Amino acid sequence: MAVCVAVIAKENYPLYIKTLPNENELKFHYTVHTSLDVIEERIHSVSKNTNDLRELYLGLLYPTEDYKVYGYVTNSRIKFIIVIESTNATIRDNEIRSMFRKLHNAYTDMVCNPFYTNGDIIEST
Amino acid sequence: MADEVLFDYLHMEMIHEFFNENYKKEGKSEESMTTLELLGFRVGQCVIERLTKDSPRFKDELDAMKFTCKDFWMSVYKKQIDNLRTNHQFLAFPCGLIRGALSNLGITSVVTAEVAIMPACKFQIQIQRV
Repeated sequence: MAVCVAVIAKENYPLYIKTLPNENELKFHYTVHTSLDVIEERIHSVSKNTNDLRELYLGLLYPTEDYKVYGYVTNSRIKFIIVIESTNATIRDNEIRSMFRKLHNAYTDMVCNPFYTNGDIIEST
Repeated sequence: MADEVLFDYLHMEMIHEFFNENYKKEGKSEESMTTLELLGFRVGQCVIERLTKDSPRFKDELDAMKFTCKDFWMSVYKKQIDNLRTNHQFLAFPCGLIRGALSNLGITSVVTAEVAIMPACKFQIQIQRV
């Protein structure tokens, strides 16, 4: 189970951050913010292996002692970030990928919603 | 088979609606062009979001432009990019479409259209660098 999910816009401001209710939100806001730097680095790095650049899924960004942070960037420069607990060792890479897939599908549907303006904070009514 | 015709009809009706007598009397004919272009902008953004969902990441702007010219245009108009309608009113929507697509890929631009010889149409895209 993910502990925190965040959607970051092209201009690097958060569109949506949600954490599990009984957790310290501020800590996760900070974690997500620092992981943005790692994402930028990954996107802009001139990789010897060009295959890496072609994928949208970035994989494990960085592990801390308690949590692992995964990233995914779309072609429209929207970033999705998922934080899971390190103790949850049974989560496989494929499952994370499918979580990002679902997030991306939901985001695409939301953009096509005529009542949603690009760049607005995401909220459900 | 009927898919392309649906959009054509909708497009024609939209233009007819925006340019009909009511709008002209109130002096809003310029606003109509802007509205159509903005409509195209929004639609371009959404279509790009759907289309790029599964494709690999673009390495640079050139990649993004190539994608827009080939895949995007093909999927919207089902034709190669060099056959198009001609009429300034008709061109407002496609101009907005291209601008929306590019903006969602991270390229700010100004798109204008010129008609030199019928039935060809040229789109000029000026990319604004910050």
